[in-house]
Amino acid sequence: MADFIQQIVGGLGDGAIYGALALALVLIHRATGVINFAQGEMAMFTTYIAWSLMENHGWSYWPAFAATLVFAFALGVGIQRVVIAPVANASVLTVVIMTIGLVLTFNGLAGLIWSAEIRAFPSAFPNETWQLGDVSISQESVGTFGVVVALVALLWAFFQFTKIGLALRASALNPEASRLVGVRVGWMLAVGWGLAAMLGAVAGMLAAPSAFLEPTMMQAILIYAFAAAVLGGIDSPFGAIAGGLLLGVGLNLIGTYIDFVGADLRLPVTLLIILIVLLVRPAGLFGKTVTRRV
Amino acid sequence: MNRRNVVGTLFFLLAALAVLLLPQLPWVSDFRAQQFAYVGIYFIALLGLNLLTGITGQISLGHGAFMLIGGYTTAILMSEQDPPLELAGHQFTGDMRDIWTIPIAGLVAGLAGFLFGFPALRLTGLYLALATFAVAVAAPAVVKKYEGFTGGGGGINLFEAGTRTKATSITDPVTFEETRIPIKILGIDIPTFNEWLYYLCWTIALVMFAGAWLLLRGRFGRSLRAVRDSELAAASSGVNLARYKTLAFGISAFYAGVAGSLLAIATTFVNPDTFPITLSIFLLVGVVVGGLGSLWPLVFGAIFIHFMQIEWAQRTEAVVPDFLPILGNIDTDAPGAPAVAFGVVLILIMLAFPGGAAGLVRTLRSLALRGYHRAR
Repeated sequence: MADFIQQIVGGLGDGAIYGALALALVLIHRATGVINFAQGEMAMFTTYIAWSLMENHGWSYWPAFAATLVFAFALGVGIQRVVIAPVANASVLTVVIMTIGLVLTFNGLAGLIWSAEIRAFPSAFPNETWQLGDVSISQESVGTFGVVVALVALLWAFFQFTKIGLALRASALNPEASRLVGVRVGWMLAVGWGLAAMLGAVAGMLAAPSAFLEPTMMQAILIYAFAAAVLGGIDSPFGAIAGGLLLGVGLNLIGTYIDFVGADLRLPVTLLIILIVLLVRPAGLFGKTVTRRV
Repeated sequence: MNRRNVVGTLFFLLAALAVLLLPQLPWVSDFRAQQFAYVGIYFIALLGLNLLTGITGQISLGHGAFMLIGGYTTAILMSEQDPPLELAGHQFTGDMRDIWTIPIAGLVAGLAGFLFGFPALRLTGLYLALATFAVAVAAPAVVKKYEGFTGGGGGINLFEAGTRTKATSITDPVTFEETRIPIKILGIDIPTFNEWLYYLCWTIALVMFAGAWLLLRGRFGRSLRAVRDSELAAASSGVNLARYKTLAFGISAFYAGVAGSLLAIATTFVNPDTFPITLSIFLLVGVVVGGLGSLWPLVFGAIFIHFMQIEWAQRTEAVVPDFLPILGNIDTDAPGAPAVAFGVVLILIMLAFPGGAAGLVRTLRSLALRGYHRAR
């Protein structure tokens, strides 16, 4: 039983990371109808920035964390303006290819600048456990979970109570009408990309202590985030977080209690989850079913 | 035969002749012959992916997975591992010569593609891209799991396999003179493995190119294009969407399987890293560079993805801006160099020449024609 609870807590920690990245995917999908395949690589790249600030320039953790978020935001805005906006009206295939181009660019740049060597990334939380009876709870899992929850709350407040948040929601919902009332929709989309890149950076920095920093670090996590977003409903922000937590806990339990799966088959199981959800309930657990007029 | 077909056939014969003569040119070394063989392999894979993505409009970010199936089929059938690979009680002990495994590899991959086509029927656009991407990422994990059948993470080494075609040499025990024993095909001697590989890959590539051309020029190709342009209009004109999409998946995966099989023969070794997720992505890049929906210009895509990986990318040193070193040291021999070059070129092509090489050829031809008419 103690083991079971520990697996759940660990799963919540991992799941929070998947949820954060999934939320980034959902933000972009809601605003522009695109799935950003480069979300993981952008997160990896910004995590390297944080690492470089700490390792090469002697910054301490939290200032580096904050500076990385600012950098990530600027990166997201820049990419949307330079690469994505010019093809906004092109076919899905074109936009997918653009994001694939970004995947290759960031993956390669990280290798060029920092080499493919595996780096240790410090954790913001002590590598210790709390003892509750038989159950030992990792402080890192709890801390990770807490950071993501706080972030989501902040983001929710931003969308709900600020003017920019309102404009962001409006331009995602109805771009034409928003433009008519004076919202600069193009820039709002760019801000959406910036926020998504920030979320990705947080996911990357939280994942790096246990996943270790290397250019391929986020590839598997991106697949988990896809699964989380699909599971929760690709248009539902809270669904993304819930899907992430559910997936994190589910994968941990399956990995522990089904010997056949173990640690090796986590990705194939995730693929199965993606396929099953898309085939059986394409709107996900919390998404709205969309009916299309033809 | 109408004029278009005559011109097409003539061009095809010329191309075949060029392919035949290329390795005989004095400045094409054995090493180059091997590289051009790889170009042929990529060309086959691109023909397949283009049929699915460029012609039928179904995005696949996971075609490397079908190449993996083809490559492993060939490797397992040829393998003489100790202990032997085993599936359901059957032990594989070098059952089959390399070239006979190629059609089987194609069929196995084709069947896998056809079957994947059924769930894919319910996925459109982005969701299909996502699912195929997940397939390519997950495939190596599955290979590693079934170690007894696939050799696991260590892979399958075919270099010493007796089923492999190779040029050998015998050293005379008295005079120490070396006699090369060439590979004999239809009574013709082919002196080296690489040259043999070149002819093997390009013979198959030409046959499969002709196959794709024949397949796409008539009713079948028209139906596939109709599915791409408007599923609704296609269905109302009597095109059976399910049949054409699953068939497109099957045929496309058949091409990928053959390419994967040739890749296994060429590298004489397979492991899960022979078919990484980047392979799937590079294939998509190749199709875009060649031109979505085109046929022969895909050669340019194949040349691009092969030489970019092995040579051109190392010359990007001059392009990397000087301000970047504030972040650390830049090493253009680092493994990231090809990826950056691929990524940037891909984005630039999509922004500037969305038609790829095929679009460029079309533009140049219409410009030339206009000049010609003006001159008259």
